[in-house]
Amino acid sequence: MSASSAFNDEKGGSSSVGEPEYGHDPASGGIFSSDYKRHDDLKEMLDSNKDSLKLEAMKRIVAMIARGKNASDLFPAVVKNVACKNIEVKKLVYVYLVRYAEEQQDLALLSISTFQRGLKDPNQLIRASALRVLSSIRVTIIVPIMMLAIKEAASDMSPYVRKTAAHAIPKLYSLDPEQKDQLIEVIEKLLADKTTLVAGSVVMAFEEVCPERIDLIHKNYRKLCNLLIDVEEWGQVVIINMLTRYARTQFLNPNMNESLLEEENDKTFYGSDDDEEEEKEKKAEAPLPRRKPYVMDPDHRLLLRNTKPLLQSRNAAVVMAVAQLYFHLAPKVEVGVIAKGLVRLLRSHSEVQYVVLQNVATMTIKRRGMFEPYLKSFYIRSTDPTQIKVLKLEVLTNLANETNISTILREFQTYIKSMDKDFVAATIQAIGRCATNIGEVRDTCLNGLVQLLSNRDELVVAESVVVIKKLLQMQPEKHSDIIKHMAKLTDNIQVPMARASILWLIGEYCEHVPKIAPDVLRKMAKSFTNEEDIVKLQIINLAAKLYLTNSKQTKLLTQYVLNLAKYDQNYDIRDRARFIRQLIVPTEKSGALSKYAKKLFLALKPAPVLESPFKDRDHFQLGSLSHLLNAKAGGYQELPDWPEAAPDPSVRNVEVKDSVFSLLERVATLTSVPEWTKCSSREKRKEKKVEKPFYSDSEGESGPTESADSESDSASGSEIGSGVVGSGSRTASEESEEGSESEEEEEKDKKMMTAKKELKKPVQESESEQSSEEEEERKRERKKSKPRKSESDDDDDSESESSRSESEDSESEAEVKKKKKAAASRPPAKPLKKESKKEMSLLDFDDFEPAPPPHVTPLNSFLSSSLVTDLEGLSLSDAALSPATLSPSGAMKSYELLHRIRGEGLSVEYCFSRQPFSPDANMVAVQMQFTNSGAADTKSLHMEDVKLQSGMRVKEFPEIELLPAGETATAVMGIDFCDSTQAANFQLCTHTKKFFVSIQPPVGELMRPVFLTENEFKKEQGQLMGMNELSEKLTLDAECRNEHAIVQRVTAAANLSRVPCGSDKECRFAGRTVTSGSLVLATVVTKEAASAQLTVNCEKMVIGTMLVKDVLLALTQ
Amino acid sequence: MIHSLFLINHSGDIFLEKHWKSVVSHSVCDYFFEAKEKAVDPEDVPPVLQTPHHYLITVHRDQLFFLSVVQTEVPPLFVIEFLHRVADTFQDYFGECSESVIKDNVVTVYELLEEMLDNGFPLATESNILKELIRPPTILRSVVNTLTGSSNVGDTLPTGQLSTVPWRRADVKYTNNEAYFDVIEEIDAILDKSGTTVFAEIQGVIEACVRLTGMPDLTMSFMNPRLLDDVSFHPCVRFKRWESERTLSFIPPDGHFTLMNYHVSSQNPVAIPVYVKQNISFFESGPCGRLDITIGPKQTMGKTVEALMVKIHMPKAVLSANLTATQGNYTYDLPNKLLIWDIGKLNPQKLPNLKGILSLQAGAAKPEDNPSLNIDLRIQQVAISGSPRFVSTYNWATVFSHCSICFSPLCTGLKVSRLEMFGEKYKPFKGVKYVTKAGKFQVRT
Repeated sequence: MSASSAFNDEKGGSSSVGEPEYGHDPASGGIFSSDYKRHDDLKEMLDSNKDSLKLEAMKRIVAMIARGKNASDLFPAVVKNVACKNIEVKKLVYVYLVRYAEEQQDLALLSISTFQRGLKDPNQLIRASALRVLSSIRVTIIVPIMMLAIKEAASDMSPYVRKTAAHAIPKLYSLDPEQKDQLIEVIEKLLADKTTLVAGSVVMAFEEVCPERIDLIHKNYRKLCNLLIDVEEWGQVVIINMLTRYARTQFLNPNMNESLLEEENDKTFYGSDDDEEEEKEKKAEAPLPRRKPYVMDPDHRLLLRNTKPLLQSRNAAVVMAVAQLYFHLAPKVEVGVIAKGLVRLLRSHSEVQYVVLQNVATMTIKRRGMFEPYLKSFYIRSTDPTQIKVLKLEVLTNLANETNISTILREFQTYIKSMDKDFVAATIQAIGRCATNIGEVRDTCLNGLVQLLSNRDELVVAESVVVIKKLLQMQPEKHSDIIKHMAKLTDNIQVPMARASILWLIGEYCEHVPKIAPDVLRKMAKSFTNEEDIVKLQIINLAAKLYLTNSKQTKLLTQYVLNLAKYDQNYDIRDRARFIRQLIVPTEKSGALSKYAKKLFLALKPAPVLESPFKDRDHFQLGSLSHLLNAKAGGYQELPDWPEAAPDPSVRNVEVKDSVFSLLERVATLTSVPEWTKCSSREKRKEKKVEKPFYSDSEGESGPTESADSESDSASGSEIGSGVVGSGSRTASEESEEGSESEEEEEKDKKMMTAKKELKKPVQESESEQSSEEEEERKRERKKSKPRKSESDDDDDSESESSRSESEDSESEAEVKKKKKAAASRPPAKPLKKESKKEMSLLDFDDFEPAPPPHVTPLNSFLSSSLVTDLEGLSLSDAALSPATLSPSGAMKSYELLHRIRGEGLSVEYCFSRQPFSPDANMVAVQMQFTNSGAADTKSLHMEDVKLQSGMRVKEFPEIELLPAGETATAVMGIDFCDSTQAANFQLCTHTKKFFVSIQPPVGELMRPVFLTENEFKKEQGQLMGMNELSEKLTLDAECRNEHAIVQRVTAAANLSRVPCGSDKECRFAGRTVTSGSLVLATVVTKEAASAQLTVNCEKMVIGTMLVKDVLLALTQ
Repeated sequence: MIHSLFLINHSGDIFLEKHWKSVVSHSVCDYFFEAKEKAVDPEDVPPVLQTPHHYLITVHRDQLFFLSVVQTEVPPLFVIEFLHRVADTFQDYFGECSESVIKDNVVTVYELLEEMLDNGFPLATESNILKELIRPPTILRSVVNTLTGSSNVGDTLPTGQLSTVPWRRADVKYTNNEAYFDVIEEIDAILDKSGTTVFAEIQGVIEACVRLTGMPDLTMSFMNPRLLDDVSFHPCVRFKRWESERTLSFIPPDGHFTLMNYHVSSQNPVAIPVYVKQNISFFESGPCGRLDITIGPKQTMGKTVEALMVKIHMPKAVLSANLTATQGNYTYDLPNKLLIWDIGKLNPQKLPNLKGILSLQAGAAKPEDNPSLNIDLRIQQVAISGSPRFVSTYNWATVFSHCSICFSPLCTGLKVSRLEMFGEKYKPFKGVKYVTKAGKFQVRT
């Protein structure tokens, strides 16, 4: 406890502080005393009041840490500054803390409260950084605090904080693996997050904490696939690697019908060039003998499709990740696409090349054809580092076949002249491999290698000898002259391996060179004592073999050699000599073995197979560390084999109803809190799974007809009808749910029932509301109580319609919308209950009135997380998510103008009501809704300081005198955007505060519908040709191939009206821009299958271009 | 993922260490030193090493080793790419990435490393975000900081990290709005002794320097995009647009960045701009060799070849070179056995020639291997700049003119045909420059 005592002593006097230091540091006195003094003044600086001194001290301390010097004795002085106002000092203190907290656990605890405070800061970045540091402090005692912080942060409304929470999970896990179960829960929740910011980090956490829980991925699989392209690059790598493993467990082998054939091919993988063609032929034949036709799971396809664009990433790791995914998962014919990307990486840094080439080498063994077109990209330059050269050589060798072998050999010839001898040796080996694998060139190679025997460089000669030895074993009879030639080399060549090889060859084939062999033995006997061990062994071998075949000439020599060997220093050699003597020299004592000596020594030996060192490496996941090292690295997750039969694909279905369901569930859990445990959520999930088919069935049947109905209604202009049908259907479905719900949760208390009623209420309200078309009345009603709910209900209608017609791809999107709706319905519920609230708090803890005891935190976080996602979705995506899926009727997409956090309780949303703005027809009506969720009344709400682009005008909304706490008010303002999508910026003022806000319209809102007849339309269109016409081909989304769907989506994207048309292949729309009244005409012509053409004619070209973009988006997604 | 990072200089000093998890003793580096000892060239140190408890992944950049310690399975490229990104960031911040610069800015470096990784997982690697968090040092600022005691850590919190375009800072403002694009094509080629092309291909890159106010949305289209065979993009490029229209649509990062890399399809024959006549021979008798090199223009499309340079890695036995150059000058770097002949501009009338005698080490055998020639060159084509007829959303209502930037470009014939800007109303200056360079251009002898 020297450190803590130092802390206490500090105020007393600095002299005592220095003392423990001597104990810490064994450094010599002289240097040390200066060190000690410096530390002393550092402490003084840290204690001073001036930030600049503190900063200077911290900088010096960090520099010490960076150099690896021990600065732990300063801990007490540093930790005091953890709450310093200066941001840089604070950050440096954090750096210090994270470095030394582990060593000074007790003192580190002093800083914890600062971070706990930071966790509740209104600024998301401060919250995030507090969590980051808190979780980086490796102090076991704070595990519960960390756990709580992570859970809270996981439900934070800021995706950045949630990302940080995901990062904190593996930290906590490594600190205390016992927390695994709880952490998995958090991971599960974060996996459901819809933002790209979180996705990469949470998958990383998943991989570190619970990679085996593949079941957690099911529900999120499609979402991850769809988000992938927008995730930051590091996250992409992690997600792709994880999905590769996932896919291996869930889908069938796309090559399964070829796998049997493949095995045959594998055996002769170097074999004939025809392989490729054969394969193709086989493929052509394949459909016939197929036992069961293979159909790729659409989810499998989705993964392949969504990862492919990432081959274009600038990040080598991403390209490699996609490449390995394709290699492991794609049907054979499609794997080829990755070759280009990998070859591109060869232009990168040499370390990147090194890794890529290793992987290419493995790939070329299984799928040679893929890289054949890029053969020349693997040619070697004299400036390449040796390790790269050797790898390229490996690839070239793997790629060699009858057709290209001559080019490759010519290339090899130039390599042999290289100055880099290691590389030359590798080239010679490569030539040897080509020769063994491709019979036709064996003689050419052998001759070339023999020529190398006269090379001046001994290494080259030695390597050639070794390779020639291997080659000769294949057909020794034909090459006795080469053996003779090599025998002569023994005089000159000194490399032991080469000498040993020559001796072995002569011994093995002494019958082919009967005259030379004894002479060689004679020479060797002479130099025996000076030889290397491996050479000595081979001399003994040679002697033994000659003794057996030609004992007359060599008996004495053999005796002599064996005698020499008997007294050798190496016991291996002594052993061998003794053993061989017993074996070959017949004596009285010799056993039965000597009879077989000849058989033993001169047995036919199989020729060695020259194999690529990369053979069979592909059982490791490519691109992994384990693959690179060819050894399992810690934490490596085995790539599973394909399953025999595919597991149930429906586990990945994300039900549209699900969210309604979960909303109910949420409300239920919100209001009534009996024992809510983690497992209950899982159980519920299971229950849902069971019920799902029921819902999805009913949806499937009723969905399309319903939406068609409502569509035709709305097309004919009766908005009310559509509303009624929509909401009616919803009520029905909801009731059915309720039924099932209540069965399970009958014993739950009344609160839940009331919650349901609340949910039901808006439906009725919306009906009545829809029927009243007048704006004023609507407003009044909104004010009355829960107006947002009714609106959200409108939303819901459109959503349930649209989501039914949505394709699987956009399913997740539909869910986002759903959630949004859920969120929209939540805040207004609050003011009702929250009257007694004292202050706004970020911690959603307090958002819900019946404040549960602390132990139910996870529950709260669960609730608020969804809320958070939703709000997030609103704020982040307003530009990206064009209101594509909105129905043309009264349902409007609302955008956030002022968040309740920023607005300190006041939140404002706006939507484009598409109603004519009566004071000025050239203005776009913007309907704003103010909600005061704060504790105090807001007075005199008005706008000020309008900043506009030239030409734009604004008609301000009338000042709202008083907005009591918990109340909601609506106002309409008009903006003349001057037909541009420039934002209107202004200040929103209350009696105390001012907020800068801005409204930016989607291009579709800058127009109003006009009615044209077919002839008028054609006439106008004729005048807007050439520059004013924009045409775009597109592929319609799967769910958008009927007329109704098209009309619905187009009118949702842009405020246009439909123009009647004779052909049902064509949909026409017309409108005028609000300010200038320029005509905007849009035509969608559907063609064969899903292809269609969109034409927009508009005098204002930019409007036209942007509109095309938006409509395109609406129709293709 | 990444446990620790050590920066090591060429003489094997560890001059910076940073740990993201618990502290790893710097003795792990001994395994690396061992491997470095074995390798002749620092390039030949294996990038991935296995030690009993850790894996070392190393990157060699600018005479420094970035050594990272990893404990569990991780894609090696992930770490390598990240380490290079770290080096790039240092380069970006301090103008160079060297030991002395890093030591001088050790606190900034530490702050950067702290932000770039969280628990060993990359957090913020976009230079625009980092610059908001930690301001790059300038002389002026360091003076101001010492006087006022203010810091170089941004006190405004970065918004980029939270936005959907993380690569761009918010609230960018310039008085001169300009966008410059350099289209650089590199010829990679291997020519054999007789001058025939063994292998040639063209790799291109578009480097951009964009200083535009606000949130501009740029669209760049090409005259002949079909030439592009393989491309890779900066994350800002909208891939879908490229797939469907073959135009680059993007909200650019602020400042310098690489917009795209491309590879030109191999069907197009590559024009080799120069030819080389060379004769390098060594004699059995007498410790000498002879060298004679002439370079002439081949397919230059009437443009001047500049910055011509020949580099030859000589065999070890070559002691000195006694040569005469008709143009430019040559140096022979004895320790590295590197002969550099800096020619400069190629004059087609009077071809540059380098001729003379190479003396060999006494007693050394005649080198069997022939050195290969590495050639550097540059053909520049400055395109327009500062044309004010930039199309922006603001003046669309008046005249929508097809603003084309057109001129004869590179050896591939790739042309930028238009550059449009949406989302902002000012008229920026813009310019495109085309450069053809020799990439890995090698002549075998």
